[in-house]
Amino acid sequence: MERVSFDLASTPLREVNQFLHQKLQAEDKRHVEVHNPDGAHNIAVGLDQPVTVEIHGHAGYYAAGLNKKAHVIVHGSAGTGVAENMMSGVVHVKGFASNGAGATAHGGLLVIDGDAGLRCGISLKGADIVVGGSVGSFSGFMAQAGRMVICGNAGDALGDSLYEAVIYIRGEVKSLGADAQFEPMTDEDRATVADLLRQAGLQHEPASFKRIASARSLYHWNADANQEY
Amino acid sequence: MCGIVGLLVKKPALKQQLGQLMVPMLIGMTERGPDSAGLAVFAEPLKGSARKLSLYSGLTEAGADFDWHGLTHGLQQHLGVTSTIDVKHNHAVLSFEVSPDIVKKWLREHHPKLHILSTGQTIDLYKDIGTPAMVSDRYDFSSLTGSHLVGHTRMATESAVTPDRAHPFTAGEDFCLVHNGSLSNPYGLRRKLEPHGIHFDTDNDTEAACRFLEWRLREGDDLETALHAGFEELDGFFTFLMGTPDKLALIRDPFACKPAVVAETDDYVAIASEFRSLAHLPDVKHAKVFEPAPEEMYVWNA
Repeated sequence: MERVSFDLASTPLREVNQFLHQKLQAEDKRHVEVHNPDGAHNIAVGLDQPVTVEIHGHAGYYAAGLNKKAHVIVHGSAGTGVAENMMSGVVHVKGFASNGAGATAHGGLLVIDGDAGLRCGISLKGADIVVGGSVGSFSGFMAQAGRMVICGNAGDALGDSLYEAVIYIRGEVKSLGADAQFEPMTDEDRATVADLLRQAGLQHEPASFKRIASARSLYHWNADANQEY
Repeated sequence: MCGIVGLLVKKPALKQQLGQLMVPMLIGMTERGPDSAGLAVFAEPLKGSARKLSLYSGLTEAGADFDWHGLTHGLQQHLGVTSTIDVKHNHAVLSFEVSPDIVKKWLREHHPKLHILSTGQTIDLYKDIGTPAMVSDRYDFSSLTGSHLVGHTRMATESAVTPDRAHPFTAGEDFCLVHNGSLSNPYGLRRKLEPHGIHFDTDNDTEAACRFLEWRLREGDDLETALHAGFEELDGFFTFLMGTPDKLALIRDPFACKPAVVAETDDYVAIASEFRSLAHLPDVKHAKVFEPAPEEMYVWNA
C-alpha cells in the first residue's frame, strides 16, 4: 500500500478530489495526505472507496461530506457541515467542528475531539456522532435515527422534535427541545455508550451519561396542545 | 453572504505592517463578497481639537478628478477654516481644528454629492465597489498603518451595489461597524431613531444597526451595555464586528447563522468569517483558533 501526498498550497483542490474519486483504485493508493488545507471548502467530499485521508490543518466547509467507506482524519478544526450526509466510514476531527456537523448523516461514525457548534447532528438519519467536548444549541434537531454521545455540555433546545435517534450526554443541558426527555439508562444504553466511546478513543465512565430520547407526543398532532409539548 | 475581517496588533512594531497583513485577509473573503470592499483603520489620534473626515468623490461628477484643493480653498474662503488634505484620487482625508459639524454642513451645502465616509480623531475609512483585490489596489491598503482595523467584502442582498452602501458604516465619531447577515427590522429601527434627529445616508439595513449602537453609546452606554441593547432590538442574522479608537468588538446572533473564527497569538488577534482568510498570517499554526459563541460579546483592546 502506497502513500500519496498533496500540498494544497501548490495543487488545486479539484486535482485532489479527482484523484480520490477516479484514480485511487487504479493506482491502488490507500493512504492520502493533504497538507496546507488552509480552510479550503469541500476537501475529500463524496468519497466512496476504503481509503484513509489525513488532512493536516484546518478544513473549511463540508469536509468529508457525503462520505462512503473512507476514513477521513482532520488534524485541525473543521468548518460548517463536516461529514454532512455521510453514508458510511469514519470521519475524525481532532480539533473543533463548526455548525451542522454530521447533518443528515445516514451511517458511519463522526468523532469530534473538541467542541461542536450549533445544530450538530441535525436531522441525523442513522449515523453515530461522538463529541469529546460540548455541542451548541439545537443539536440533534429532528434526528430520526442514530446515536449521539456528547461528553461535555449542550446548549439550548437539545433534541428538539426528536424521532428515534437517541442522545447520550455526560455534562449539563442548558435546555431540552420540544418533546425531548431524559430517560433511565439501561444496561443496553451503557453498552452502547461504552462501544461508541471505545471507537472514538475516549475514556469516560458510561454510567456517567444520561439518555435523552423522544417522548413521542409530537408523533400525532394534538390541537389541544396549544403548541406546547 | 459577505465576509468580515478584523486585525488588531499587540506589538507596536507590527503597526507598520497592519495593512500588509490585512490585504490577503480581505482578498481571502472574495468569494463571500465580490461586489464591494472596504475597511476602517485606527491609528494614532489627532491632538487636541483636531478632527478628520474621510471623503469619497466617486459619486460627484468629477469623480477621481475632483478638485480637492479647491475644496480646502473654499473652506478657507467661506469659513476661515485652515485644513490639510491627503488625497488618493477619489478618496481624501481632510483634517482641521474646528467642530466637524461646521465643516460637514458646509460640505453638504457646497459639495452635496461628496460622500462623507467617517468622522473622528483616529479613524480613516475607505470603501468602494469592485473586488477586494481591486479596492485594495485602488487605495493601496497594504501601505496602511495603525493598531487595528475592520474590513468587509460585500455580496449585496438588502440594498443596491453602490459605494455608499458598502461597509464599513460609521456613525458619530470614531465608530464603525461591518455586518455579515441581514436584519429584518431596519425600518423599525429607523422610525425609532429618526425622531431623535438621527439622519440616515442610505436605505441599507446595516446602517440602521450602526446608527442604533452609536446612538446607545452617545446616550452614555458603555460598549457592553450598548451591545446588550442591540441583542434586544436587532432582529435578524448577524455577525457584527465593530471598531472604536481602542477596541475591536464582535457579536453573533443567537442562532449563529453567520460564521466567524478568531486566531490569537502573542502578536495579534485576527478575526474573519472563515479560516481561509487567516491561513496566511504569521505563526497561525500555533495560534489559538476558536469560534466565537452566539450571543456573547468579544472585546479586544488595542
